[in-house]
Amino acid sequence: MSGGRYIHLVDSTLRDGSHAVSHQYLPEQVATVAEGLDRAGLDYIEVTHGDGLAGSSFNYGWAAASDEEYLRAAAKAIKKSALTVLLLPGIGTQEDLETAADCGAKAVRVATHVTEADIGEQHIGLAKKLGLKAFGFLMMTHMSPPKKVAEQAKLFESYGADVVYIADSAGAMLPDQVRARVEAVRKEVLVPVGFHAHNNLSVAVANSLAAIETGAVFIDCCCRGLGAGAGNTQTEVLVGVLSKLGYKTGVDFYGVMDVAEQLVEPLMVRPQMIRNVPMMLGYAGVYSSFFLHTNWAAERFGLDPRDILVELGRRRMVGGQEDMIVDVAYQMAKEKGIIKD
Amino acid sequence: MDRIKVAIIGPGNIGSDLMYKVMRSKYLQMEMMVGIVESEGIKRAASKGIKTTIEGIKPLLEEEEIRIVFDATGAKPHLQHAPLLKEAGKIALDLTPAAVGPYVVPSVNLDSVSDLPNLNMVTCGGQATVPIVYAVKRAAGARYAEIVAALSSKSAGPGTRQNIDEFTQTTAKAICTVGGAQKGKAIIILNPADPPIMMTNTIYVQVENPDERAIRESVDRMVKEIQTYVAGYRLRVPPILDGDKVTTIVEVEGAGDFLPKYSGNLDIMNSAAIAVAEKIAQRLLGEGVME
Repeated sequence: MSGGRYIHLVDSTLRDGSHAVSHQYLPEQVATVAEGLDRAGLDYIEVTHGDGLAGSSFNYGWAAASDEEYLRAAAKAIKKSALTVLLLPGIGTQEDLETAADCGAKAVRVATHVTEADIGEQHIGLAKKLGLKAFGFLMMTHMSPPKKVAEQAKLFESYGADVVYIADSAGAMLPDQVRARVEAVRKEVLVPVGFHAHNNLSVAVANSLAAIETGAVFIDCCCRGLGAGAGNTQTEVLVGVLSKLGYKTGVDFYGVMDVAEQLVEPLMVRPQMIRNVPMMLGYAGVYSSFFLHTNWAAERFGLDPRDILVELGRRRMVGGQEDMIVDVAYQMAKEKGIIKD
Repeated sequence: MDRIKVAIIGPGNIGSDLMYKVMRSKYLQMEMMVGIVESEGIKRAASKGIKTTIEGIKPLLEEEEIRIVFDATGAKPHLQHAPLLKEAGKIALDLTPAAVGPYVVPSVNLDSVSDLPNLNMVTCGGQATVPIVYAVKRAAGARYAEIVAALSSKSAGPGTRQNIDEFTQTTAKAICTVGGAQKGKAIIILNPADPPIMMTNTIYVQVENPDERAIRESVDRMVKEIQTYVAGYRLRVPPILDGDKVTTIVEVEGAGDFLPKYSGNLDIMNSAAIAVAEKIAQRLLGEGVME
């Protein structure tokens, strides 16, 4: 039923997965995992702070090493795969992208909120000039109707993006919502379409399949399902599922299982299960990276983290607004009389 | 003569909002609106009885009585305007990213730069956050400061969108050179929520001496100072300490002169420019008396 179609996998264990370890990977660990993923046959290996180049900060959490240290370590370990970085305009800059290219990056995902593709025009342009493969990456796509997602994807294509991505950054979508968005985007653009899932409602693999069935040919995944919130689509599971359906990925199934178990699992600080707070991220439609920051604020102000997430969802906060977690927690604590001015 | 005559180059949204603010000023007289094509902004100025030109900066240079010029065009045009204005003896307040002259943030460094011929207004995020960085620094020292500015998507025009790196880089620089932090970082977020969000800014400072009382007192004093020229500037979350990290959140509601109230980001730039112009005007008026 797949006709042997080829699906490109982008493994983000070393980028989105870094949220799960609060960005504390060491460069030598990054090198070991990257080497394993490269050997297993992943087309793209994404290595960056969870919030992209220059993400290391008070707002998003300090990384154990610099972007440069991570990228140089990974570049040395990779032979075939394309070393990929994430860049969120407004956080990272074109200068950061030049540095990343200098460190050996071969592809970049320029990520904006689903309605703001135009802030990435310059970065896509620079990527092309530097000879990098450029992905236009729309985040939080559950917040906009399919027509809007398609319009913004078209903008990215017009800037020169080689691939456009639909990301369910909040892990809030169900398969039909994914299908509607992939279909709408495919009607508007000629370039290949990709999909990035979060597993907050336990449908990351199902949503990835829904995307593939409607024509997506790039899929994001992380070993052991690491990632922000309840994590991403689990790489080794996805490889097995796609193989059963007759799709080709170029990935060695046993090989990637071994990478997950022997190289990635020992780095995990907690089991990647769908606990209550990440579940609420999906339910309330809140950016998955807010998970650990919300736990911290709930403890600091004596609140239930679920209440904070529901309020963040109600306020329609977007990716990158981690600072508003403290704002919401402070206002709630004041209303409840937990703190006084 | 009890008011200083001023001109605005660039009759767009920013220039039009500035015009209304100048018209309310006790020290400034709105003398001329300068454009390069016939536009709504030019018509609007003309309808208020203000001199207008669509021949660019030349007619303005010939107006000897105009002493202060707001440039609300873009970086490239300002680079051309700056030397011409200087030669004509006019003081330029630069609202573009050109930054020919030093940065000015009225509540922090106005006194030390107000006699220079060209001043740059940094960025909206800089005007909203640098004073808080400085307030925390003067009370507790600042090893590092990081700000997150969230604007409503509707209030971010094509200039900001196509040059978003300029915002982060300029603001980070001003956090250090004006705010006094040893290292600086700036992040900008656009949020499309409808109704639009107010401009919200979070300021994180890593301090040398986490004295909560001194920090709160200094920040409170600074907020009151800013409110003298931006009425809609408010503290949302007073300084919260977590070890040596101090987190403060402020919001800016616009005055609604010409731009909608959610455009606090544009309002604070313009209000700061007016505060600078009024300070200079008072000095010029004082000199007039001396003569």
